[in-house]
Amino acid sequence: MKHVLKLFSLLVVISALWIGLLQASIIPQSHTWLLPIYFIVSLGCYGLLMVGVGLMRFPTCPQEALLLQQDIAEAKDFLKQKGVDVGSD
Amino acid sequence: MDAETNKYSIIVPTYNERLNIALIVYLIFKHLRDVDFEIIVVDDGSPDGTQEIVKQLQKLYGEDRILLRPRAKKLGLGTAYIHGLKHASGNFVVIMDADLSHHPKYLPSFIKKQLETGASIVTGTRYVTGGGVHGWNLMRKLTSRGANVLAQTLLWPGVSDLTGSFRLYKKSVLEDVISSCVSKGYVFQMEMIVRASRKGYHIEEVPITFVDRVFGSSKLGGSEIVEYLKGLIYLMVTT
Repeated sequence: MKHVLKLFSLLVVISALWIGLLQASIIPQSHTWLLPIYFIVSLGCYGLLMVGVGLMRFPTCPQEALLLQQDIAEAKDFLKQKGVDVGSD
Repeated sequence: MDAETNKYSIIVPTYNERLNIALIVYLIFKHLRDVDFEIIVVDDGSPDGTQEIVKQLQKLYGEDRILLRPRAKKLGLGTAYIHGLKHASGNFVVIMDADLSHHPKYLPSFIKKQLETGASIVTGTRYVTGGGVHGWNLMRKLTSRGANVLAQTLLWPGVSDLTGSFRLYKKSVLEDVISSCVSKGYVFQMEMIVRASRKGYHIEEVPITFVDRVFGSSKLGGSEIVEYLKGLIYLMVTT
């Protein structure tokens, strides 16, 4: 099944639950009508939260740049010795 | 699978990587001392003399260890992999970039992870502890994180780093997945891993660090964002 269809079926199930709630009146109707909006807003907030948290915890590796420079120097030395042209490009 | 009989074909597409290809070859040989491997350089007619350097490297390391399989002009990444695959004699294939953003020192961890888990694909991820990125400013990190959250929400891909291109594949798996991918650029990398995930292939991740020395010169503009969104929609609908 294509992924978009999976998402669509999920949406259909959630909608069916919502309509069921509307008809069964367990929760007052006025609240039930607003549930989709609450859902979308929560989803949006969750997304923003994940972006924010991920940004704060974004893994960085400043020492890697230094290690890379060392590796490059080591490689250039070796290759120059062996006759490979490593003049700067 | 017997560890002793595995051979790893490392495909490196190049375009104007005259210096980097020499550095990368040295580093691969340094970090894979007891491994049976070959490096397949797919050069798209670089005007800077990349192929001459590869020939010098072949003299140094052997033509059976470094294969030069060039093409006439810039033809794109996907076809570069397909072209390289045709000449790969290993039962595993590694794809990596030539600009040293992918460091060969992680190759042993890819191999080890695959041997431990029997995975069909091992993909490098920059976004977990132990991995990381250097060279990105705040804006770039924000767009990366936003793009990732969006992709996770819409696609449920099963991997943490969708656009990464440092991966180890079983050769048969790569052949299978690549035949059904049609996108270009980084959407192509996303398409590969998402299709593999949909087909039920066992995918494992290893942390990698990514040093971006190129970013400053290439801006992430509005058109890239549009391309990305189009790519996401395409993947939602076709996978």
